Amino acid sequence: MITLENISKTYQTKDGTVEALKDVSLTIEKGDIFGIIGMSGAGKSTLVRCLNFLERPTSGTVTVDGKDLSQLSQKELRLERRGIGMIFQHFNLLMQKSVIDNICFPLKISGVNKQAAKKRAEELLEIVGLTQKANAYPIQLSGGQKQRVAIARALATNPKILLCDEATSALDPQTTKSILALLKEINERYGITIVIITHEMAVVREICNRVGIIGDGKLVEHGAVIDVFSHPKSDAARELVLRNTGENRELVETLETQNCVRIVFSENSSFEPVIANMVLKFGMPVNILKADTKNVSGIARGEMILGLPEDEKLADDMINYLKERNLAVEEVSGYVG
Amino acid sequence: MWDKAVIDMIIAGIGETLYMTLMSTFMGYVFGLPLGVALAVTDKSGIKPNIVVYKILDFVSNIIRSVPFLILLIVLIPFTRTIVGKSYGSTATIVPLVVAATPFIGRMIESSLKEVDSGVVEAAQSMGAGTFTIIFRVLLVEARTSILVGATIAIGTILGYSAMAGTVGGGGLGDIAIRYGYHRYQADIMIVTVLLLIVLVQIFQTIGMFISNKLDRRRR
Repeated sequence: MITLENISKTYQTKDGTVEALKDVSLTIEKGDIFGIIGMSGAGKSTLVRCLNFLERPTSGTVTVDGKDLSQLSQKELRLERRGIGMIFQHFNLLMQKSVIDNICFPLKISGVNKQAAKKRAEELLEIVGLTQKANAYPIQLSGGQKQRVAIARALATNPKILLCDEATSALDPQTTKSILALLKEINERYGITIVIITHEMAVVREICNRVGIIGDGKLVEHGAVIDVFSHPKSDAARELVLRNTGENRELVETLETQNCVRIVFSENSSFEPVIANMVLKFGMPVNILKADTKNVSGIARGEMILGLPEDEKLADDMINYLKERNLAVEEVSGYVG
Repeated sequence: MWDKAVIDMIIAGIGETLYMTLMSTFMGYVFGLPLGVALAVTDKSGIKPNIVVYKILDFVSNIIRSVPFLILLIVLIPFTRTIVGKSYGSTATIVPLVVAATPFIGRMIESSLKEVDSGVVEAAQSMGAGTFTIIFRVLLVEARTSILVGATIAIGTILGYSAMAGTVGGGGLGDIAIRYGYHRYQADIMIVTVLLLIVLVQIFQTIGMFISNKLDRRRR
Protein backbone atom coordinates (compact mmCIF):
# COMPACT_ATOMS: atom_id res chain seq x y z
CA MET A 1 0.00 0.00 0.00
CA ILE A 2 2.64 2.48 1.09
CA THR A 3 6.31 1.78 0.54
CA LEU A 4 9.11 4.04 1.66
CA GLU A 5 12.53 3.32 0.26
CA ASN A 6 15.63 4.97 1.68
CA ILE A 7 13.86 8.20 2.55
CA SER A 8 16.12 11.01 3.71
CA LYS A 9 15.18 14.57 4.38
CA THR A 10 17.57 17.39 5.13
CA TYR A 11 16.80 21.01 5.87
CA GLN A 12 19.06 23.99 5.44
CA THR A 13 18.87 26.25 8.44
CA LYS A 14 20.98 29.16 9.63
CA ASP A 15 22.89 26.81 11.88
CA GLY A 16 23.69 24.42 9.06
CA THR A 17 22.14 21.28 7.69
CA VAL A 18 19.64 19.37 9.76
CA GLU A 19 18.98 15.75 8.93
CA ALA A 20 15.36 15.12 9.87
CA LEU A 21 15.18 11.66 8.35
CA LYS A 22 18.00 9.28 7.61
CA ASP A 23 17.52 6.41 5.18
CA VAL A 24 14.09 5.27 6.33
CA SER A 25 12.60 2.23 4.59
CA LEU A 26 9.21 0.97 5.56
CA THR A 27 6.22 -0.89 4.17
CA ILE A 28 2.68 -0.31 5.32
CA GLU A 29 0.17 -2.92 4.24
CA LYS A 30 -3.39 -2.30 3.22
CA GLY A 31 -5.72 -2.33 6.22
CA ASP A 32 -2.92 -1.74 8.73
CA ILE A 33 -3.19 0.65 11.60
CA PHE A 34 0.44 1.56 11.60
CA GLY A 35 1.86 3.52 14.51
CA ILE A 36 4.93 5.67 14.08
CA ILE A 37 6.23 6.57 17.47
CA GLY A 38 9.15 8.60 18.68
CA MET A 39 10.18 11.36 21.04
CA SER A 40 9.48 14.91 19.96
CA GLY A 41 12.01 16.05 17.41
CA ALA A 42 12.69 12.50 16.29
CA GLY A 43 11.44 13.24 12.77
CA LYS A 44 8.09 11.48 12.83
CA SER A 45 6.08 14.52 11.70
CA THR A 46 8.43 14.95 8.78
CA LEU A 47 8.03 11.29 7.96
CA VAL A 48 4.23 11.42 7.82
CA ARG A 49 4.42 14.52 5.61
CA CYS A 50 6.57 12.56 3.19
CA LEU A 51 3.71 10.11 2.78
CA ASN A 52 1.58 12.71 1.00
CA PHE A 53 4.49 14.84 -0.17
CA LEU A 54 3.57 17.85 1.93
CA GLU A 55 7.30 17.49 2.46
CA ARG A 56 9.36 16.33 -0.47
CA PRO A 57 12.04 13.87 0.66
CA THR A 58 15.56 14.90 -0.24
CA SER A 59 16.20 11.39 -1.52
CA GLY A 60 14.43 8.07 -1.69
CA THR A 61 11.06 7.07 -3.08
CA VAL A 62 7.56 7.00 -1.69
CA THR A 63 5.21 4.64 -3.45
CA VAL A 64 1.52 4.84 -2.63
CA ASP A 65 -0.75 2.28 -4.22
CA GLY A 66 1.84 1.55 -6.88
CA LYS A 67 2.48 5.20 -7.76
CA ASP A 68 5.84 6.79 -7.18
CA LEU A 69 4.90 10.21 -5.80
CA SER A 70 8.09 11.89 -6.94
CA GLN A 71 7.22 11.09 -10.57
CA LEU A 72 3.87 12.89 -10.41
CA SER A 73 3.27 16.41 -11.70
CA GLN A 74 1.88 19.01 -9.32
CA LYS A 75 -1.59 18.40 -10.66
CA GLU A 76 -1.35 14.61 -10.44
CA LEU A 77 0.00 14.96 -6.93
CA ARG A 78 -3.00 17.08 -5.92
CA LEU A 79 -5.32 14.42 -7.32
CA GLU A 80 -3.39 11.71 -5.51
CA ARG A 81 -3.71 13.59 -2.21
CA ARG A 82 -7.48 13.35 -2.46
CA GLY A 83 -7.01 9.64 -1.84
CA ILE A 84 -4.97 10.34 1.31
CA GLY A 85 -6.85 11.98 4.16
CA MET A 86 -5.01 13.70 6.96
CA ILE A 87 -5.88 14.88 10.46
CA PHE A 88 -3.78 17.02 12.75
CA GLN A 89 -2.98 17.70 16.38
CA HIS A 90 -4.66 21.10 16.30
CA PHE A 91 -7.52 19.97 14.06
CA ASN A 92 -6.89 22.76 11.51
CA LEU A 93 -10.54 23.44 10.77
CA LEU A 94 -11.62 26.51 8.87
CA MET A 95 -12.70 28.73 11.76
CA GLN A 96 -14.93 30.93 9.62
CA LYS A 97 -16.88 28.00 8.19
CA SER A 98 -19.59 25.93 9.80
CA VAL A 99 -19.09 22.25 10.55
CA ILE A 100 -20.97 21.14 7.44
CA ASP A 101 -19.07 23.60 5.22
CA ASN A 102 -15.80 22.34 6.63
CA ILE A 103 -16.71 18.80 5.63
CA CYS A 104 -17.93 19.95 2.20
CA PHE A 105 -14.65 21.78 1.62
CA PRO A 106 -12.58 18.88 0.22
CA LEU A 107 -15.57 17.82 -1.87
CA LYS A 108 -15.86 21.26 -3.43
CA ILE A 109 -12.16 21.18 -4.22
CA SER A 110 -12.74 17.89 -6.00
CA GLY A 111 -15.53 19.45 -8.02
CA VAL A 112 -18.44 17.63 -6.38
CA ASN A 113 -21.64 19.62 -6.76
CA LYS A 114 -23.17 21.38 -3.82
CA GLN A 115 -26.06 19.03 -3.18
CA ALA A 116 -24.05 15.83 -3.47
CA ALA A 117 -21.42 17.35 -1.19
CA LYS A 118 -24.02 18.25 1.42
CA LYS A 119 -25.48 14.77 1.29
CA ARG A 120 -22.08 13.16 1.72
CA ALA A 121 -21.25 15.56 4.58
CA GLU A 122 -24.43 14.55 6.37
CA GLU A 123 -23.52 10.86 6.04
CA LEU A 124 -20.12 11.61 7.51
CA LEU A 125 -21.57 13.61 10.38
CA GLU A 126 -23.60 10.57 11.22
CA ILE A 127 -20.53 8.32 11.18
CA VAL A 128 -18.65 10.61 13.58
CA GLY A 129 -21.76 11.18 15.68
CA LEU A 130 -22.15 14.93 15.24
CA THR A 131 -25.37 15.26 13.29
CA GLN A 132 -26.65 17.82 15.78
CA LYS A 133 -23.69 20.12 15.19
CA ALA A 134 -23.96 20.54 11.42
CA ASN A 135 -24.51 24.28 11.59
CA ALA A 136 -22.26 25.03 14.54
CA TYR A 137 -18.94 26.80 14.09
CA PRO A 138 -15.67 25.22 15.25
CA ILE A 139 -15.31 27.70 18.12
CA GLN A 140 -18.44 26.23 19.67
CA LEU A 141 -17.05 22.68 19.73
CA SER A 142 -14.89 20.84 22.24
CA GLY A 143 -11.52 19.42 21.22
CA GLY A 144 -12.90 15.94 20.70
CA GLN A 145 -15.76 17.26 18.58
CA LYS A 146 -13.35 19.31 16.48
CA GLN A 147 -11.26 16.21 15.84
CA ARG A 148 -14.40 14.33 14.83
CA VAL A 149 -15.19 17.06 12.33
CA ALA A 150 -11.62 16.85 11.07
CA ILE A 151 -11.97 13.08 10.68
CA ALA A 152 -15.24 13.51 8.78
CA ARG A 153 -13.55 16.08 6.55
CA ALA A 154 -10.58 13.82 5.93
CA LEU A 155 -12.88 10.95 4.97
CA ALA A 156 -15.11 13.03 2.70
CA THR A 157 -13.36 12.09 -0.52
CA ASN A 158 -13.29 8.36 0.32
CA PRO A 159 -9.55 8.10 0.84
CA LYS A 160 -7.79 4.75 1.03
CA ILE A 161 -5.36 6.08 3.59
CA LEU A 162 -5.79 8.27 6.65
CA LEU A 163 -2.74 9.97 8.12
CA CYS A 164 -3.00 11.09 11.74
CA ASP A 165 -0.37 13.55 12.94
CA GLU A 166 -0.48 13.54 16.75
CA ALA A 167 -4.25 13.51 16.38
CA THR A 168 -4.92 12.83 20.05
CA SER A 169 -2.08 14.78 21.63
CA ALA A 170 -4.22 17.83 22.37
CA LEU A 171 -7.03 15.76 23.88
CA ASP A 172 -7.67 14.46 27.38
CA PRO A 173 -7.37 10.68 28.01
CA GLN A 174 -11.11 10.06 27.88
CA THR A 175 -11.55 11.89 24.58
CA THR A 176 -8.41 10.22 23.24
CA LYS A 177 -9.99 6.84 23.88
CA SER A 178 -13.18 7.77 22.05
CA ILE A 179 -11.29 9.19 19.05
CA LEU A 180 -9.11 6.07 18.87
CA ALA A 181 -12.22 3.90 19.03
CA LEU A 182 -13.67 5.90 16.13
CA LEU A 183 -10.46 5.45 14.11
CA LYS A 184 -10.50 1.73 14.77
CA GLU A 185 -14.12 1.52 13.68
CA ILE A 186 -13.32 3.40 10.48
CA ASN A 187 -10.43 1.05 9.80
CA GLU A 188 -12.56 -2.03 10.33
CA ARG A 189 -15.69 -0.82 8.59
CA TYR A 190 -14.19 0.83 5.54
CA GLY A 191 -10.83 -0.92 5.35
CA ILE A 192 -8.99 2.37 5.38
CA THR A 193 -5.28 2.07 6.08
CA ILE A 194 -4.39 4.33 8.99
CA VAL A 195 -0.99 5.75 9.83
CA ILE A 196 -0.75 7.21 13.31
CA ILE A 197 2.05 9.49 14.42
CA THR A 198 2.31 9.76 18.17
CA HIS A 199 4.68 10.09 21.08
CA GLU A 200 2.42 8.07 23.35
CA MET A 201 2.95 4.32 23.59
CA ALA A 202 -0.58 4.05 24.98
CA VAL A 203 -2.02 5.15 21.63
CA VAL A 204 0.00 2.56 19.73
CA ARG A 205 -0.95 -0.16 22.20
CA GLU A 206 -4.58 0.77 22.03
CA ILE A 207 -5.23 0.47 18.31
CA CYS A 208 -2.17 -0.19 16.17
CA ASN A 209 -1.31 -3.59 14.82
CA ARG A 210 2.12 -2.59 13.60
CA VAL A 211 4.56 0.01 14.78
CA GLY A 212 7.71 1.74 13.66
CA ILE A 213 9.94 3.48 16.14
CA ILE A 214 11.76 6.59 15.06
CA GLY A 215 14.77 7.77 16.97
CA ASP A 216 16.96 10.63 15.83
CA GLY A 217 15.66 10.52 12.26
CA LYS A 218 16.19 6.80 11.85
CA LEU A 219 13.73 3.94 11.86
CA VAL A 220 15.28 1.99 14.70
CA GLU A 221 12.76 -0.80 15.02
CA HIS A 222 9.54 -1.92 13.44
CA GLY A 223 7.21 -4.87 13.51
CA ALA A 224 4.01 -6.14 15.10
CA VAL A 225 3.05 -4.07 18.13
CA ILE A 226 2.89 -7.13 20.33
CA ASP A 227 6.49 -8.09 19.52
CA VAL A 228 7.92 -4.64 19.94
CA PHE A 229 6.04 -4.20 23.19
CA SER A 230 7.17 -7.56 24.58
CA HIS A 231 10.70 -7.61 23.25
CA PRO A 232 11.86 -4.10 22.49
CA LYS A 233 15.30 -4.42 20.93
CA SER A 234 16.52 -0.87 20.50
CA ASP A 235 17.21 1.65 23.24
CA ALA A 236 14.66 4.04 21.76
CA ALA A 237 11.98 1.35 21.83
CA ARG A 238 12.79 0.37 25.40
CA GLU A 239 12.73 3.95 26.47
CA LEU A 240 9.31 4.48 24.93
CA VAL A 241 7.87 1.28 26.37
CA LEU A 242 9.20 2.20 29.78
CA ARG A 243 8.61 5.89 29.83
CA ASN A 244 5.01 5.02 29.54
CA THR A 245 5.18 2.92 32.71
CA GLY A 246 7.49 5.21 34.59
CA GLU A 247 5.19 8.10 35.00
CA ASN A 248 5.68 8.36 38.72
CA ARG A 249 8.84 10.02 39.87
CA GLU A 250 9.70 7.56 42.65
CA LEU A 251 9.63 4.62 40.31
CA VAL A 252 11.89 6.37 37.89
CA GLU A 253 14.35 7.15 40.67
CA THR A 254 14.32 3.58 41.87
CA LEU A 255 14.88 2.35 38.34
CA GLU A 256 17.91 4.56 38.11
CA THR A 257 19.51 3.26 41.28
CA GLN A 258 18.39 -0.33 41.56
CA ASN A 259 19.02 -3.44 39.62
CA CYS A 260 15.68 -3.69 37.85
CA VAL A 261 14.12 -5.83 35.17
CA ARG A 262 10.91 -5.51 33.27
CA ILE A 263 9.06 -8.71 32.46
CA VAL A 264 6.13 -9.26 30.21
CA PHE A 265 3.75 -12.19 30.62
CA SER A 266 2.13 -13.72 27.62
CA GLU A 267 -1.14 -15.62 27.74
CA ASN A 268 0.30 -19.03 28.70
CA SER A 269 2.78 -17.86 31.29
CA SER A 270 0.21 -16.62 33.76
CA PHE A 271 -0.73 -20.03 35.14
CA GLU A 272 2.43 -20.76 37.04
CA PRO A 273 3.11 -18.50 40.05
CA VAL A 274 6.52 -17.64 38.62
CA ILE A 275 7.58 -14.84 40.94
CA ALA A 276 6.50 -16.67 44.09
CA ASN A 277 8.33 -19.84 42.98
CA MET A 278 11.43 -17.85 42.16
CA VAL A 279 11.48 -16.22 45.59
CA LEU A 280 11.05 -19.61 47.24
CA LYS A 281 13.78 -21.16 45.13
CA PHE A 282 16.41 -18.48 45.70
CA GLY A 283 15.34 -17.68 49.21
CA MET A 284 15.71 -13.98 48.51
CA PRO A 285 12.86 -11.49 48.13
CA VAL A 286 12.39 -9.36 45.05
CA ASN A 287 10.70 -6.00 45.09
CA ILE A 288 7.66 -5.63 42.84
CA LEU A 289 7.88 -1.99 41.82
CA LYS A 290 5.05 -2.03 39.39
CA ALA A 291 2.59 -4.53 38.03
CA ASP A 292 0.00 -3.89 35.42
CA THR A 293 -2.10 -5.53 32.75
CA LYS A 294 -2.23 -3.85 29.41
CA ASN A 295 -4.33 -4.33 26.41
CA VAL A 296 -1.96 -4.74 23.48
CA SER A 297 -3.73 -4.97 20.13
CA GLY A 298 -6.70 -6.53 21.91
CA ILE A 299 -4.67 -9.11 23.86
CA ALA A 300 -4.14 -8.78 27.61
CA ARG A 301 -0.50 -8.67 28.59
CA GLY A 302 0.87 -8.58 32.10
CA GLU A 303 3.76 -6.27 32.73
CA MET A 304 5.86 -6.15 35.88
CA ILE A 305 8.90 -4.28 37.01
CA LEU A 306 11.01 -6.08 39.61
CA GLY A 307 13.76 -4.77 41.81
CA LEU A 308 16.34 -7.59 42.07
CA PRO A 309 18.83 -8.21 44.86
CA GLU A 310 22.10 -6.25 44.85
CA ASP A 311 24.11 -9.42 44.44
CA GLU A 312 24.87 -9.57 40.71
CA LYS A 313 25.32 -13.32 40.57
CA LEU A 314 21.99 -13.88 42.26
CA ALA A 315 20.30 -11.33 40.02
CA ASP A 316 21.69 -13.03 36.92
CA ASP A 317 20.44 -16.38 38.11
CA MET A 318 17.02 -14.91 38.67
CA ILE A 319 16.96 -13.41 35.20
CA ASN A 320 17.90 -16.78 33.73
CA TYR A 321 15.20 -18.44 35.82
CA LEU A 322 12.60 -16.05 34.42
CA LYS A 323 13.86 -16.49 30.87
CA GLU A 324 13.65 -20.25 31.19
CA ARG A 325 9.96 -19.80 31.88
CA ASN A 326 9.54 -18.02 28.56
CA LEU A 327 9.01 -14.59 29.95
CA ALA A 328 10.31 -11.56 28.10
CA VAL A 329 12.91 -10.11 30.43
CA GLU A 330 15.04 -7.03 29.98
CA GLU A 331 17.11 -4.93 32.23
CA VAL A 332 15.79 -1.46 32.69
CA SER A 333 18.32 0.09 35.04
CA GLY A 334 20.15 3.17 34.10
CA TYR A 335 18.55 4.54 31.01
CA VAL A 336 15.23 5.93 32.15
CA GLY A 337 15.53 9.66 32.34
CA MET B 1 -20.52 84.70 7.99
CA TRP B 2 -22.44 81.43 8.28
CA ASP B 3 -24.40 82.36 5.24
CA LYS B 4 -25.76 79.98 2.68
CA ALA B 5 -22.64 80.17 0.54
CA VAL B 6 -20.40 78.92 3.34
CA ILE B 7 -22.82 76.14 4.28
CA ASP B 8 -23.13 75.07 0.66
CA MET B 9 -19.38 75.10 0.38
CA ILE B 10 -19.00 72.88 3.43
CA ILE B 11 -21.64 70.46 2.17
CA ALA B 12 -19.87 70.34 -1.19
CA GLY B 13 -16.64 69.77 0.72
CA ILE B 14 -18.11 66.80 2.54
CA GLY B 15 -19.23 65.39 -0.80
CA GLU B 16 -15.78 65.84 -2.33
CA THR B 17 -14.07 64.32 0.66
CA LEU B 18 -16.34 61.30 0.59
CA TYR B 19 -15.86 60.96 -3.15
CA MET B 20 -12.07 61.09 -2.91
CA THR B 21 -11.88 58.81 0.10
CA LEU B 22 -14.25 56.13 -1.10
CA MET B 23 -12.99 56.10 -4.69
CA SER B 24 -9.36 56.00 -3.56
CA THR B 25 -10.03 53.26 -1.03
CA PHE B 26 -11.87 51.25 -3.66
CA MET B 27 -9.15 51.71 -6.26
CA GLY B 28 -6.54 51.15 -3.57
CA TYR B 29 -8.04 47.73 -2.93
CA VAL B 30 -8.30 46.97 -6.64
CA PHE B 31 -4.50 47.22 -6.78
CA GLY B 32 -3.60 46.60 -3.14
CA LEU B 33 -5.48 43.34 -2.67
CA PRO B 34 -3.63 41.49 -5.46
CA LEU B 35 -0.39 43.09 -4.27
CA GLY B 36 -0.98 41.90 -0.71
CA VAL B 37 -1.94 38.42 -1.86
CA ALA B 38 1.17 38.27 -4.06
CA LEU B 39 3.35 39.40 -1.15
CA ALA B 40 1.87 36.85 1.24
CA VAL B 41 1.99 33.99 -1.27
CA THR B 42 5.51 34.56 -2.62
CA ASP B 43 7.15 35.16 0.74
CA LYS B 44 9.44 32.34 1.86
CA SER B 45 6.85 31.06 4.33
CA GLY B 46 4.06 31.47 1.74
CA ILE B 47 2.35 28.79 -0.31
CA LYS B 48 4.28 29.57 -3.50
CA PRO B 49 7.60 31.03 -2.40
CA ASN B 50 9.30 33.11 -5.06
CA ILE B 51 12.10 35.19 -3.71
CA VAL B 52 12.55 37.30 -6.86
CA VAL B 53 8.90 38.34 -7.13
CA TYR B 54 8.70 38.95 -3.40
CA LYS B 55 11.81 41.10 -3.30
CA ILE B 56 10.65 43.25 -6.21
CA LEU B 57 7.17 43.84 -4.76
CA ASP B 58 8.63 44.36 -1.30
CA PHE B 59 11.14 46.92 -2.58
CA VAL B 60 8.64 48.90 -4.67
CA SER B 61 6.11 48.96 -1.83
CA ASN B 62 8.70 50.24 0.59
CA ILE B 63 9.89 52.95 -1.76
CA ILE B 64 6.40 54.35 -2.29
CA ARG B 65 5.64 54.12 1.39
CA SER B 66 8.83 55.96 2.25
CA VAL B 67 7.89 59.05 0.24
CA PRO B 68 5.89 61.51 2.36
CA PHE B 69 2.44 61.88 0.86
CA LEU B 70 2.77 65.63 0.33
CA ILE B 71 5.89 65.04 -1.77
CA LEU B 72 4.28 62.17 -3.65
CA LEU B 73 1.39 64.47 -4.48
CA ILE B 74 3.75 66.90 -6.19
CA VAL B 75 6.05 64.32 -7.77
CA LEU B 76 3.06 62.64 -9.37
CA ILE B 77 1.62 65.81 -10.95
CA PRO B 78 2.77 64.94 -14.50
CA PHE B 79 1.49 61.39 -14.10
CA THR B 80 -1.85 62.64 -12.76
CA ARG B 81 -2.13 65.05 -15.69
CA THR B 82 -1.67 62.26 -18.22
CA ILE B 83 -4.32 60.13 -16.57
CA VAL B 84 -6.98 62.64 -15.55
CA GLY B 85 -6.12 65.50 -17.86
CA LYS B 86 -5.58 68.02 -15.07
CA SER B 87 -3.64 68.13 -11.83
CA TYR B 88 -6.07 69.82 -9.45
CA GLY B 89 -9.54 69.01 -8.15
CA SER B 90 -10.97 65.97 -6.42
CA THR B 91 -10.70 63.54 -9.32
CA ALA B 92 -7.07 64.43 -9.89
CA THR B 93 -6.34 63.91 -6.21
CA ILE B 94 -7.55 60.34 -6.43
CA VAL B 95 -4.50 59.40 -8.52
CA PRO B 96 -1.83 60.13 -5.90
CA LEU B 97 -4.17 58.85 -3.20
CA VAL B 98 -4.41 55.49 -4.94
CA VAL B 99 -0.66 55.38 -5.52
CA ALA B 100 -0.03 56.05 -1.83
CA ALA B 101 -2.78 53.73 -0.61
CA THR B 102 -1.90 50.69 -2.74
CA PRO B 103 1.32 49.63 -0.99
CA PHE B 104 -0.18 50.54 2.37
CA ILE B 105 -3.22 48.37 1.71
CA GLY B 106 -1.02 45.66 0.22
CA ARG B 107 1.02 45.51 3.41
CA MET B 108 -2.11 45.25 5.53
CA ILE B 109 -3.52 42.47 3.36
CA GLU B 110 -0.17 40.71 3.52
CA SER B 111 -0.12 40.81 7.30
CA SER B 112 -3.79 39.74 7.54
CA LEU B 113 -3.12 36.72 5.33
CA LYS B 114 -0.02 35.79 7.26
CA GLU B 115 -2.10 35.63 10.42
CA VAL B 116 -4.04 32.70 8.96
CA ASP B 117 -3.04 29.53 10.81
CA SER B 118 -0.48 27.70 8.68
CA GLY B 119 -2.04 24.43 9.87
CA VAL B 120 -5.28 25.26 8.08
CA VAL B 121 -3.34 25.94 4.88
CA GLU B 122 -1.50 22.67 5.33
CA ALA B 123 -4.81 20.86 5.82
CA ALA B 124 -6.08 22.34 2.54
CA GLN B 125 -2.88 21.23 0.80
CA SER B 126 -3.32 17.75 2.19
CA MET B 127 -6.76 17.68 0.56
CA GLY B 128 -5.21 18.49 -2.78
CA ALA B 129 -6.10 22.18 -2.93
CA GLY B 130 -4.10 24.22 -5.45
CA THR B 131 -2.67 27.69 -4.96
CA PHE B 132 -5.73 29.56 -6.21
CA THR B 133 -8.14 27.46 -4.18
CA ILE B 134 -6.08 28.15 -1.08
CA ILE B 135 -5.99 31.89 -1.79
CA PHE B 136 -9.69 32.28 -2.48
CA ARG B 137 -11.23 29.63 -0.25
CA VAL B 138 -8.85 29.54 2.66
CA LEU B 139 -6.67 32.61 3.07
CA LEU B 140 -9.11 35.35 2.08
CA VAL B 141 -12.02 33.69 3.88
CA GLU B 142 -10.19 32.95 7.11
CA ALA B 143 -8.62 36.41 7.15
CA ARG B 144 -11.74 38.36 6.28
CA THR B 145 -12.25 39.85 9.75
CA SER B 146 -8.69 41.03 9.88
CA ILE B 147 -8.94 42.36 6.31
CA LEU B 148 -12.05 44.37 7.20
CA VAL B 149 -10.39 45.81 10.27
CA GLY B 150 -7.54 46.77 7.97
CA ALA B 151 -10.00 48.40 5.60
CA THR B 152 -11.36 50.66 8.32
CA ILE B 153 -7.83 51.69 9.18
CA ALA B 154 -7.10 52.27 5.50
CA ILE B 155 -10.18 54.40 4.98
CA GLY B 156 -9.29 56.59 7.96
CA THR B 157 -5.75 57.05 6.71
CA ILE B 158 -6.89 57.85 3.18
CA LEU B 159 -9.37 60.38 4.56
CA GLY B 160 -6.47 62.04 6.33
CA TYR B 161 -4.39 62.02 3.13
CA SER B 162 -7.29 63.51 1.16
CA ALA B 163 -7.38 66.42 3.58
CA MET B 164 -3.67 66.91 2.98
CA ALA B 165 -4.33 67.01 -0.73
CA GLY B 166 -6.31 70.18 -0.03
CA THR B 167 -3.02 72.10 0.15
CA VAL B 168 -2.45 71.67 -3.57
CA GLY B 169 -6.03 72.43 -4.57
CA GLY B 170 -7.43 68.97 -4.11
CA GLY B 171 -10.80 70.10 -2.89
CA GLY B 172 -12.79 68.65 -0.03
CA LEU B 173 -12.88 69.51 3.66
CA GLY B 174 -9.12 69.70 3.97
CA ASP B 175 -8.99 72.27 1.23
CA ILE B 176 -11.59 74.39 3.04
CA ALA B 177 -9.81 74.05 6.35
CA ILE B 178 -6.54 75.28 4.86
CA ARG B 179 -7.99 78.09 2.78
CA TYR B 180 -10.21 79.53 5.50
CA GLY B 181 -8.46 78.50 8.67
CA TYR B 182 -4.85 78.96 7.59
CA HIS B 183 -4.84 81.56 4.83
CA ARG B 184 -7.72 83.71 6.11
CA TYR B 185 -7.49 83.15 9.85
CA GLN B 186 -11.16 82.06 10.05
CA ALA B 187 -10.71 79.62 12.88
CA ASP B 188 -14.43 78.86 13.23
CA ILE B 189 -14.71 77.40 9.73
CA MET B 190 -11.56 75.44 10.28
CA ILE B 191 -12.87 73.99 13.54
CA VAL B 192 -16.15 72.98 11.86
CA THR B 193 -14.31 71.19 9.05
CA VAL B 194 -12.00 69.44 11.51
CA LEU B 195 -15.02 68.32 13.55
CA LEU B 196 -16.66 67.03 10.38
CA LEU B 197 -13.52 65.06 9.52
CA ILE B 198 -13.53 63.55 13.00
CA VAL B 199 -17.20 62.58 12.63
CA LEU B 200 -16.51 60.97 9.24
CA VAL B 201 -13.64 58.90 10.60
CA GLN B 202 -15.83 57.81 13.51
CA ILE B 203 -18.63 56.75 11.18
CA PHE B 204 -16.31 54.72 8.96
CA GLN B 205 -14.68 53.14 11.99
CA THR B 206 -18.00 52.18 13.55
CA ILE B 207 -19.44 50.73 10.36
CA GLY B 208 -16.23 48.82 9.60
CA MET B 209 -15.96 47.27 13.04
CA PHE B 210 -19.64 46.41 13.06
CA ILE B 211 -19.39 44.51 9.77
CA SER B 212 -16.17 42.73 10.68
CA ASN B 213 -17.56 41.60 14.04
CA LYS B 214 -20.76 40.51 12.39
CA LEU B 215 -18.81 38.34 9.96
CA ASP B 216 -16.49 36.80 12.52
CA ARG B 217 -17.45 33.22 13.28
CA ARG B 218 -14.83 32.85 15.93
CA ARG B 219 -17.16 34.47 18.46
CA ARG B 220 -19.52 32.28 20.37
